[in-house]
Amino acid sequence: MATASVANHDTAAHDHHDHEHHDNFVTKYIFTQDHKMIGKQYLLTGMFWALIGGFLSILFRLQLGFPEMDMSFLRPLLGGWIDETGALDPTFYLALVTMHGTIMVFFVLTAGLSGTFSNYLIPLQIGARDMASGFMNMLSYWFFFVSGVIMFISLFLKTGPAAGGWVVYPPLSALEQAIPGSGLGMTLWLIAMTFFIASSLLGGINYITTVINLRTKGMSFSRLPLTIWAFFLTAIIGLLSFPVLFAAALLLVFDRSFGTSFYLSDIYIGGEALPNTGGSPVLYQHLFWFLGHPEVYIVLLPALGITSEVIATNSRKPIFGYKAMIISMLGITILSFIVWAHHMFVSGMNPFLGSIFMFLTLIIAVPSAVKVFNYLTTLWRGNLIFTPAMLFSIGLVSFFISGGLTGIFLGNSAIDIQLHDTYFVVAHFHLVMGSASFFGLMAGVYHWFPKMFGRMMDARLGYVHFWLTFVGVYLVFFPMHYIGIAGFPRRYYSWTNFEFANMYTDLNMFVSVAAIITFVAQFIFIFNFFYSMYRGRKATLNPWRSNTLEWTTPLYPGHGNWPGEIPTVYRWPYDYSKPGAEEDFIPQTVPLSATPESNLPHEQELVKLELEIMKEDEEVLVANESRHQ
Amino acid sequence: MYGFLIGVGVLLLLSIIWMVYRIQTLVSVVKGSDKKVASGSNKINAILFLVFLVGGGALMFWYSIKEFDNYQLPIASEHGAVTDQLFWVTMAVTGSVFLITHILLFIFPYKYQYDEKRKASFYPDNNKLEIIWTIVPGIVLAGLVISGWMAWSDITAPAPEEAHVVEIMGYQFAWEVRYPGTDNVLGDYDYRLITASNSHGIDFTDKNSIDDFSSPVVVIPKGEPVLFKIRARDVLHSVFAPHMRLKMDAVPGMPTRFWFVPTKTTAEMREELGDPEFQYEIACTEVCGRGHFSMRKIIEVIEPEAYQKWMAEQKSFIQMNPSLAEGLPAETKELAEIELNK
Repeated sequence: MATASVANHDTAAHDHHDHEHHDNFVTKYIFTQDHKMIGKQYLLTGMFWALIGGFLSILFRLQLGFPEMDMSFLRPLLGGWIDETGALDPTFYLALVTMHGTIMVFFVLTAGLSGTFSNYLIPLQIGARDMASGFMNMLSYWFFFVSGVIMFISLFLKTGPAAGGWVVYPPLSALEQAIPGSGLGMTLWLIAMTFFIASSLLGGINYITTVINLRTKGMSFSRLPLTIWAFFLTAIIGLLSFPVLFAAALLLVFDRSFGTSFYLSDIYIGGEALPNTGGSPVLYQHLFWFLGHPEVYIVLLPALGITSEVIATNSRKPIFGYKAMIISMLGITILSFIVWAHHMFVSGMNPFLGSIFMFLTLIIAVPSAVKVFNYLTTLWRGNLIFTPAMLFSIGLVSFFISGGLTGIFLGNSAIDIQLHDTYFVVAHFHLVMGSASFFGLMAGVYHWFPKMFGRMMDARLGYVHFWLTFVGVYLVFFPMHYIGIAGFPRRYYSWTNFEFANMYTDLNMFVSVAAIITFVAQFIFIFNFFYSMYRGRKATLNPWRSNTLEWTTPLYPGHGNWPGEIPTVYRWPYDYSKPGAEEDFIPQTVPLSATPESNLPHEQELVKLELEIMKEDEEVLVANESRHQ
Repeated sequence: MYGFLIGVGVLLLLSIIWMVYRIQTLVSVVKGSDKKVASGSNKINAILFLVFLVGGGALMFWYSIKEFDNYQLPIASEHGAVTDQLFWVTMAVTGSVFLITHILLFIFPYKYQYDEKRKASFYPDNNKLEIIWTIVPGIVLAGLVISGWMAWSDITAPAPEEAHVVEIMGYQFAWEVRYPGTDNVLGDYDYRLITASNSHGIDFTDKNSIDDFSSPVVVIPKGEPVLFKIRARDVLHSVFAPHMRLKMDAVPGMPTRFWFVPTKTTAEMREELGDPEFQYEIACTEVCGRGHFSMRKIIEVIEPEAYQKWMAEQKSFIQMNPSLAEGLPAETKELAEIELNK
């Protein structure tokens, strides 16, 4: 077995050397099959979409914070959606909310986060030349790109983009009579999502295959960095749940275009009774949330994986409870599939189901709690270096706690009766999945930028970016808890129609101002990113003095990652500050036999075995060399 | 002119920031601090975490206490008292976890900031600890779940026989209300029967529908069980009565229900709040289109005696519009005529 894998790597290396010379602009930057470039493509596309998604939220925050404002100055951009008096159109308000959600959840936090780092890090951290199928990987990006183009076009339709909320519940999303966005806008939404699902599946299959099959010698599952564990489990969740969203969308397409009645029944609209009977809107909700809830973990797990890596490295300490972290993630993965109906406590489904899903939902809080305690213990008695990535990771843990705890309210069906679809929910998921995942994304960019572009990002700008964003996010989303407890419903264009909600105009204004400042602060990052790409300080090979394999590649790794042999792995990735060792880190490629001074008793026993294996390898290598000559 | 001046000002500001940034970078290169593992910024960031902890914490406590009466809506139903109590118990539990974890999360960065002379302690795992902090949250959560489950079961149990029935139907963009009349049984309906004069689609061949009537506001008695039968005519809506702690989706093709016991009349609540204008309200909480934010309905809670009196005064659909009785089969026609002659 060992012989075979070494031989394979050897020939692969030679193949890739040949390829490199034939790369032209198109194959290197556009239709590339190099996982590193595909990762960067995902990152840049994700950043583009994050700016669009963020900008849309600023538009509706203007409406919510300053309902009296004259928005005529936006007319060059929004045209007819601003009426003669300078007010935003209420239908377009819903479209803005819908597109903000869709873009952020799918394009930014799924593709931009998981797509970027799964692609970029999996081969580098497990010691592989590339993904299992470079071609499928390329397809995955370009399906995502097409999906984005279609969604982007839908923003400019005369009838507007989809406007039924990012969950696009039928009948609203099925009937053009109900809202204009459910016409062509919704059709494009469905087509775009179909491409997106195909893209996710192509990517996911690749991630799973690569992690299982292409790990380098010695890289057992129990030596995988937690990032890889997170990406691996994320891919499994995606692979099992995205097809269900596809099924839901397909049935919706049938209802919209071919007169079926999967979701439609007993509808009288626009002065006529529709012929559909026997369908159930609740069926759609079940199907949607069967993806929709795992989706939360699809965006969150990669962020948690990145954080584990960054916190361990910059605490100069092993991550506390490596095995417990893996078991928690496994637990979250499995449980994520059986909690979906907690989004539907008051949807009219059988209350008995509500009881079951309440029990299951609150179980999932346990592994999440374990993860938080493990992060805290990792920080405890560490030697903390506050790189921007470390700051964002600590910020993530804070959001994960704040947003996670409010989940305990919402997962309790009795309490959820009042809080469901209020701003409490908005506060909850923006903290726990939106901001936490976004901070994971940022931590990842700051941490792996030197590997991606061979240069350092400016740390000071990173600090400013972090503090503005961290404080900003709390100022935006923390007040929403109060608004939510007061019962303010979501997706409201204005609250002045109701006495119970005719207050907190000051707080809403405050939230909007905070949102604008936070959004503007992101341009510090954009500047830092592009400026550092060309003019940043040259990076050293291992700037964070980290243990994982990606830092053993050259400064500008070519297609194939390592110019010579792929390094062999001899230890887990978290040997930081090991007692007896001279440096405060021991990379995974350092054999145990080379560090007798710091080996733990059980490791000392492994040394003998390790030496035997190394000797065998040596022989194989010599044999190979002689064959080539 | 102002636009031009503002533009120049912004440009100036940006170029100053740019200069400061460049000078900073060059100074740090000269000092060699970019070669160090952790520069002076490490300490600043550590201190900022403490500042954030204290500042953010103070802001949170100050606002939570100051605004309590504003965001805590008065309760006007029996089960509302239960769910609110659950809410505040959960708040106490999660609030303490929130505080403890955040104090640790922000104090550790200060306490354990980088020091060249120190080495972090190698502490990779401790199974005992892991087991403790798996089991303890498990037990706490079990407590919360079980109390929540008991409340949920009570709330969603079938309504008592004698509950006063009110049908609430959502459509774009309003609610319509139907009462079952003296027999306390709502007549059948079919969405295909909806016309301009029969917006509920009531089937008047069903004799239970003869005495059904409508009302512009939802009138219900205090202290007696009330059953909302909820349905939708076009898209999803959701009945949300914040003071009643009541929420249930209105689904086309699938009637839903929610029963509760109101505990305070509108008049009592007005007195309690010192607000003579106060009204109980229903809002829509499931996005339903352009007018989603304007689906307001008023609930009026009155004393049971006044409720009986009010019921007796109401005019049925047939009385309001005798043409509805036209073309009915003989048996129901007779009932309709009796109703008309009341």
